[in-house]
Amino acid sequence: MSSKDVILGRIGRALGPVPDEPYEAAVDRDYAREHGERTTEQTVDLLAENLADYRAIVHRTGEDELPDLLMRLLAYRGARNVLVPPALPPGWLAAADPVRIHDRAASTTAELDRADSVVTGCAIAIAETGTLVLDGSPDQGRRRITLVPDHHICVVRVPDQVVSSVPQALERLDPGRPLTWISGPSATSDIELDRVEGVHGPRTLEVVLVSGSPTADA
Amino acid sequence: MSGTYLGMPAFPAAARDAVRDTTLRANLRHATHTIRDKRAKAVAELDDWARLREAGRQIKDHTLRHLGEHLLRLEEAVTAAGGTVHWAADADEANRIVTDLVRATGEREVVKVKSMATQEIGLNEALEAAGIHAYETDLAELIVQLGKDRPSHILVPAIHRNRGEIRDIFAREMAQWGRPAPDGLTDAPAELAEAARLHLREKFLRAKVGVSGANFMVAETGTMVVVESEGNGRMCLTLPETLISVVGIEKVVPTWRDLEVFLQTLPRSSTAERMNPYTSMWTGTTDGDGPTAFHLVLLDNGRTDTLADEVGRQALRCIRCSACLNVCPVYERAGGHAYGSVYPGPIGAILSPQLRGTASEIDASLPYASSLCGACYEVCPVAIDIPEVLVHLRERVVQGGEFTRHGAKTTLKPARGHAAERAAMRAAGLVFARPGLLRAGQRLAARTRRAHPRTLPGPGRAWSATRDLPTVPKESFRDWWQRTQGRGAGPAGSSGTASGTASGTASGTASAEGRTDEGKAGA
Repeated sequence: MSSKDVILGRIGRALGPVPDEPYEAAVDRDYAREHGERTTEQTVDLLAENLADYRAIVHRTGEDELPDLLMRLLAYRGARNVLVPPALPPGWLAAADPVRIHDRAASTTAELDRADSVVTGCAIAIAETGTLVLDGSPDQGRRRITLVPDHHICVVRVPDQVVSSVPQALERLDPGRPLTWISGPSATSDIELDRVEGVHGPRTLEVVLVSGSPTADA
Repeated sequence: MSGTYLGMPAFPAAARDAVRDTTLRANLRHATHTIRDKRAKAVAELDDWARLREAGRQIKDHTLRHLGEHLLRLEEAVTAAGGTVHWAADADEANRIVTDLVRATGEREVVKVKSMATQEIGLNEALEAAGIHAYETDLAELIVQLGKDRPSHILVPAIHRNRGEIRDIFAREMAQWGRPAPDGLTDAPAELAEAARLHLREKFLRAKVGVSGANFMVAETGTMVVVESEGNGRMCLTLPETLISVVGIEKVVPTWRDLEVFLQTLPRSSTAERMNPYTSMWTGTTDGDGPTAFHLVLLDNGRTDTLADEVGRQALRCIRCSACLNVCPVYERAGGHAYGSVYPGPIGAILSPQLRGTASEIDASLPYASSLCGACYEVCPVAIDIPEVLVHLRERVVQGGEFTRHGAKTTLKPARGHAAERAAMRAAGLVFARPGLLRAGQRLAARTRRAHPRTLPGPGRAWSATRDLPTVPKESFRDWWQRTQGRGAGPAGSSGTASGTASGTASGTASAEGRTDEGKAGA
């Protein structure tokens, strides 16, 4: 008898006969789909506020000024090179000086560790929790590129990519893709249960909220 | 569970040592009070908290009632997405499976994400015995591993250490495991975190095998979810070529949508954050991103035995947030080690005796490691009625009875240590059932009241050392009632409990005065 049969047999005996009960009827979903009433603009403001509350550095700009802003952010950081996902929208780094590093399948983690910064887009952002979600689309790349460098700049198109709440976020995400939810820079509560920023992931997280951007390339 | 805990003394003995450790008590008090207030604030932000909590309870209860179906569905989905599912009936089997999987890769070391399940089965020790070195990468786990210590909290296993102690451990031990701690390391938390970052980075970058647990497994999609803070989880889950996740069977949830409840309640309950810094979700393997091989080991190890107990099975709803530890007055004073299990605190007191049975001294004592104040139930995000289960398990320890162990129905003999309690209860039952006997006893007690000792002899001394024994009134309530039919003052000459219950408020003063009187008389 396989262990699978053993375990399933134990479960069967532990529960005895169980009535057929449809799952949809078993759970009261009367909790809120989102908390509070806000205009689209207020939702974007809340996102900015909550991102900053967990120590992300938040910038707001228009589509036209984006390349210039990214250039300045990388220069301020002193980045000599920047890791880029396979299909970052062409214009974003048009003005930036650092050397582009492309993440190839054969790239080693040690090579990625030499990258100063990484610039990506995102799948969605959640206002109530100040969370960015990456889903590995071509403008975000493999999970490792937003993990190994110490400086991550993430561009969010507002308001298109912004949802209010966790329930709304799950509706828009594809569970088949590898997902990374990011709420602020790497942190720990392991020393005296107090939050300290900066352990293994990027210790500096900059978020650029870009408004007035076309949705066509999403 | 882990061999480390074999031969642990019962909770009262272990707790006695712990409460004498003033550093430990100060560390615990500081940490638990910090998080308590923050949690309350984070929870208050959601006006539908009670409904989220109820939905979480319902999801878990329904899942447990149909556990078999959901596990089969999960296995199907994980397999379809490129993963391999293994089933482990107990700790030994799970350890064997993981050891064989690591051996097959030819690697001699693995990096680990903090996982309760792998601690529960003692995986690190099992791997070590097979010549495979497991590196813990969570900061608190690293502190525990470097300090050759045991975890004392579900979320923050090194909660019993303050920053100064952590600095000393890093400075002393890091060099023996890899990159030494930086010279002149101070006890500033940011510097300590930086030291851990540097120490572990080389291990992450060269690791070929990662080992993790999971917070949730979605049956419908085959998606695994790991909730973390530091990024060590992301490192272990995405950089290695092979990923092995050991997960308790109760961690399955039926649908993708169910995550909308737990991803709101878990971070706020555990670290008191709106959202934890990093959450990773993966489904099988993904071409060109992350591990090329994914193995899921589904672990029973006492969970189906727990499921067989209709009262106790609610412990399986637990999502390991540790909110119950942080509010518990007993945990705050005794610390996690006294519980003799990787699951300390209130949830540990009901989980360990069910997963391991109540045969050992420590497990039989755990249901008593509580004052039943109910704070744990109040904060539990899946509404586990911990006091209810504690009382239920006490009953099992004292009276024995039928329960399930390793999948088979067993009859537990009443615990020997409780023979006096049982005898006293039996005698009381006998007397209360016979009015004549009760009256004779009461009159005898009233007549000899001056001779009653102030403390109990023998084993009762411990109980009366911190309590005043109740004084026996001159006349029993029954005698007083027969004499007066309830008219007139309280029972002759005083006092005591009888009048207190008989005539409500008016007698409150009387009984208080009476007690003063009795105190003098007895002195």
